[in-house]
Amino acid sequence: MTTLALATRDSSTMVRRQLKRLIRYPAMTVQLIITPVIILLLFVFVLGGALGAGIGGGRAGYVNYIVPGILLMTAATAATGTAVMVATDMTEGIIARFRTMRISRASVLTGHVAGSVIQQLLSMAALVLIALAIGFRPNANPIEWLAAIGLLTLFALAISWLSVALGLKSPTPEAAGNAPMPLLLLPFLGSGFVPTDSMPTVLRWFAEYQPFTPIMETIRGLLLGTPIGNSAVIAIAWCAGIALVSYLWAKSIFNKA
Amino acid sequence: MTNLAIAANGLRKSYGDKVVLDGIDLAVTEGTIFALLGPNGAGKTTTVQILSTLIAPDGGTVTVAGHDLAARPDDVRGAIGVTGQYSAVDKLLTGEENLLLMADLKHLSRAEGRRKAAELLERFDLVEAAGKPASTYSGGMQRRLDLAMTLVGDPRLIFLDEPTTGLDPRSRREMWRIVRELVAGGVTIFLTTQYLEEADQLADRIVLLDHGRLIAEGTAEELKRRIPGGHIELTFTDPHLLDEAKSLLPAAVADPEALTLQVPSDGGVKSIRELLARLDQNDIDIDSMSVHTPDLDDVFLTLTEANR
Repeated sequence: MTTLALATRDSSTMVRRQLKRLIRYPAMTVQLIITPVIILLLFVFVLGGALGAGIGGGRAGYVNYIVPGILLMTAATAATGTAVMVATDMTEGIIARFRTMRISRASVLTGHVAGSVIQQLLSMAALVLIALAIGFRPNANPIEWLAAIGLLTLFALAISWLSVALGLKSPTPEAAGNAPMPLLLLPFLGSGFVPTDSMPTVLRWFAEYQPFTPIMETIRGLLLGTPIGNSAVIAIAWCAGIALVSYLWAKSIFNKA
Repeated sequence: MTNLAIAANGLRKSYGDKVVLDGIDLAVTEGTIFALLGPNGAGKTTTVQILSTLIAPDGGTVTVAGHDLAARPDDVRGAIGVTGQYSAVDKLLTGEENLLLMADLKHLSRAEGRRKAAELLERFDLVEAAGKPASTYSGGMQRRLDLAMTLVGDPRLIFLDEPTTGLDPRSRREMWRIVRELVAGGVTIFLTTQYLEEADQLADRIVLLDHGRLIAEGTAEELKRRIPGGHIELTFTDPHLLDEAKSLLPAAVADPEALTLQVPSDGGVKSIRELLARLDQNDIDIDSMSVHTPDLDDVFLTLTEANR
């Protein structure tokens, strides 16, 4: 078999391994989606009246406003689980076993990434259903939906590689659970919950240039018809950049360890 | 010439200032059990990690299963199986799924993989537990599953890094039985252990590793003979004869109750012959005689002590 065929075969074996683990332990997927759901409910029902009035559109308008930010938060939370799983793998000796076998080295990581992307997409789908139930009213056509799903998949891929790298870098599974935490804050420090122009200058500058903001603006534009401008290009560039850098980083840690 | 499964020359490894392996040479003959014995921190695991391609040595040349370790690590990986000190099973998967995972990674066909998994579950007494997650297994079961996973690809050379550490005596004996079966089938075993009894029971050849250096090498018997501490025990039928023998051999220790006399000796044939001749010349009949060589514990403690 050629190297590429071997790599593909080993990677698909590793993806199957991850999927089995996800199916066997749905509790983890459920647990990971609880945090963003609670945030969604808190912000819509507790704070939504006041915040919605601030951005114009009341509570109903506010549900629409925060769904893109909560979607990214959902993906990031699911990625926390990936980092923990990778770190656990590293401590348990099974990785050492894989390393002493004649298999494609990257396949171990590819398996985690594919499993993570699937988990993030499932979590985001569940979140969209809950959001629809409490008044989320997107006006996207099928093409726009596909584009949104495409961008979110690209984002999930980037975050997956990042959390795999963080998981590899973490000395313990506990540390790995904390490493991706800043990602959960980025929707707040961007246009996820309130428009950036309501923020003080320094924070606004950060909010406008950090990677999550153009992604959220693009999703918002695709699902709700707000202007997108150059956000889409910047969003894709950020996702591709984060994915590439994290991939190289993860690979180098994995080969070194 | 016999074929070597492992040939290592001048193997070195340091972590910063700490020298873990200080130029060790190893020659492991195919189809034998080779034991690397040493206290914690001697460098046993590092040696296994190097030989199994997990980490690169700082110096030295190594051939494993006929392949140069540095130049062709993937060929080495294709020929070996490793069961480490910490169980390398996927605890979230069932025993059977773990074996099928290995079969897939060894690129066996689906049917072949299923056949192999079923055979190994049977052989390692895991049939009943096959459908349960490995996290529910006892320590002994996890270790058996671990070794079963190592055997999926029929490796010709197997590294067992402290395979029985933390196991209860029954599981340990079970593991020994399996290891002996493997060698009977022509497999080469490279074993590390801190249990002298284990090396004594299993190994064809033992090397003693301490502070990154080999301090002794040989069969268990050869090693035992290397240090003093052995004795010959003579049993007499009559207290009178015991007294006579005692006066003839002043260094001996008598036990009048049991009518035995312990004569210090290296246990070698020559010294036994001399002792018997001496007793004969003085017309002292003995009822029975037994030779006590020091056990590996004595060897281990004496040699590692001398190395401090």
